[in-house]
Amino acid sequence: MTTTLSTKNTPMDAARGDAAARARRLRGFGMAVLGWTVALVIFFPIFWMILTGFKTEAEAIAEPSLIFTPTLDSYVEVQERANYLKFAWNSVVVAFGSTLLALLIAIPSAYSMAFLPTRRTKGTLLWMLSTKMLPPVGVLVPIYLLFRDLGLLDTLTGLTIVYTLMNLPIVVWMLYTFFKDLPRDILEAGRMDGASTLQEIGYLLLPLTLPGIASTGLLSVILSWNESFWSLNLTTSQAAPLTAYIASFSSPEGLFWAKLSAASTMAIAPILVFGWLTQKQMVRGLTFGAVK
Amino acid sequence: MATLQLNSVVKRFDDTQVIKGVDLEVKDQEFVVFVGPSGCGKSTLLRMIAGLESTTSGDIVIEGQRVNDLGPAERGLAMVFQSYALYPHMTVEDNMGFSLRLAGVAKEQRRQKVLEAARILQLEPLLDRKPKALSGGQRQRVAIGRAIVRNPSIFLFDEPLSNLDAALRVQMRIELARLHEELKATMIYVTHDQIEAMTMADKIVVLQGGEVEQVGSPMALYHHPRNRFVAGFIGSPKMNFLPVSVVSAGGEGVDVRLPGGGTTRVPVDGRDCDAGESLTLGVRPEHLTLDEAGPLRARIQVIERLGGQTSLYVDMDDDLLTLMVDGDVTHRVGDEVRFNFEPRRGHLFTGDDLALESLERHPLASLTRQDNRAASDTEA
Repeated sequence: MTTTLSTKNTPMDAARGDAAARARRLRGFGMAVLGWTVALVIFFPIFWMILTGFKTEAEAIAEPSLIFTPTLDSYVEVQERANYLKFAWNSVVVAFGSTLLALLIAIPSAYSMAFLPTRRTKGTLLWMLSTKMLPPVGVLVPIYLLFRDLGLLDTLTGLTIVYTLMNLPIVVWMLYTFFKDLPRDILEAGRMDGASTLQEIGYLLLPLTLPGIASTGLLSVILSWNESFWSLNLTTSQAAPLTAYIASFSSPEGLFWAKLSAASTMAIAPILVFGWLTQKQMVRGLTFGAVK
Repeated sequence: MATLQLNSVVKRFDDTQVIKGVDLEVKDQEFVVFVGPSGCGKSTLLRMIAGLESTTSGDIVIEGQRVNDLGPAERGLAMVFQSYALYPHMTVEDNMGFSLRLAGVAKEQRRQKVLEAARILQLEPLLDRKPKALSGGQRQRVAIGRAIVRNPSIFLFDEPLSNLDAALRVQMRIELARLHEELKATMIYVTHDQIEAMTMADKIVVLQGGEVEQVGSPMALYHHPRNRFVAGFIGSPKMNFLPVSVVSAGGEGVDVRLPGGGTTRVPVDGRDCDAGESLTLGVRPEHLTLDEAGPLRARIQVIERLGGQTSLYVDMDDDLLTLMVDGDVTHRVGDEVRFNFEPRRGHLFTGDDLALESLERHPLASLTRQDNRAASDTEA
């Protein structure tokens, strides 16, 4: 029984109101079902991977089943074969290092593009983004040779540089859209108040676009964390991050699903927790400016 | 002393010249209003004075010093933006004290100056609030407060009242006038609202298409517009324009034939006019009077009753004229009315829209706001 807002409503009105409310509820229910379905489809592989990590190798390749005796054997074996913490530390260093570096370069560039545009600004932005459409393998050989000559192969510095360059177009682009949403007047008022360009950025621009900068940074961290092409090609042991760690369980003796799953679970665990903790910030940043 | 001088100031964006050589002098403590339709360049000119836009050519001189190459802050000006442009993440106090903070003024001193400005603007209870917790009028006052704290030589206002509702606008207008008196500062104010210009200015600068059309006191512009544009722009409702032809002209006035037949002598200098020449007669709606024996006649199309006054929109040979008449007239739409005007209230414009000069200066034409005050002081 639904409640009607007014007691003066005729039964007819009430019936009509009921029907509308029912339709609304039905639609809400439909959306919820759809949302959960999509979420499950996306989450299922991760769920299955986590599950497989707790199986024995035999169970892992057997008929898929939810009923088994969980075991930590795979984790123990994975841990014995490779030093997880070292890989994890490398991932942290390159993901956060490259993000910091990218922000440091991107903030001034996005500032000048947003507030001091020239006729070529739009073209430059598009060109930057277009480099993301090039398959990375296309520049693998030159970069590999450069890195070899500069002694950057298998170093954290080298990987950080590559990740910075890889994410820079997206970071500049995102910051540019966030900065553009800031009314120019505010920065001009700052200039009238005597702010230098650096003070303008430090006192006004950064605090006012912090949600956007934060979500851009988070995205950059996640992209760097999950990057595998460059990490596999440019590192071997010293600077190898978690993506290389996962890969090391896939080839030599064939596929060992349980161990691979255990390693993968450990590799994504930090970023999963990180994403979970910052999801509010992420969503806020990504929809920033959409609703004024 | 804070004077401003513009010498042949030009601004060009790419190939378009938006300010086409403006000369202007602003005296110390003067309240100057730039007025004009949107796109006339008034805001650009203000921003050039502020230093937010570069100057293509010409000189901007503040207190005798050429400031073209100085940054906005170094010019010693303060600007109030149309959008207020408050810093949303700072409290009112921090907003107002930001310039002092950047200048490295000690916290105690800063607070004192902010408090002083807050007192003038009655903002004291709001100092801890963030801008989003303020009403439009309060935000406006904070923006003005931020300007006051800088103790500028010249205040610049860029359409500061256009985001406020009508009642608040009237109130802020009065408050700004009061502030001008209290601070005894030079102020330059940009608006498209000719009522703001008329009520607040010592001197109005009418701009159109990047050029100065006329500079003068509000009453000078009202009574002696230099051309048809100024005549139409200043005054509300707009001045009526009628096509007339010259019967005879000379140094003592111009006799013109009105539409509908009658002739009248307008006391303007007609030495450059020839008989038979077509001119445009301009008469303000408030100067047209209903007159049974008047030479002009037209049919009423629309009646707007404001209470004290009534606007009659009448159709005369496809020209829509406006008459501001007594509030109690009993006419109806469709009635034919006859009307007249005092010849000295008429303006005549030549083919290139320039006004013929009146033979007699209106007694109030050189009145300033200071004169207004002196008169009311003696009455008190």
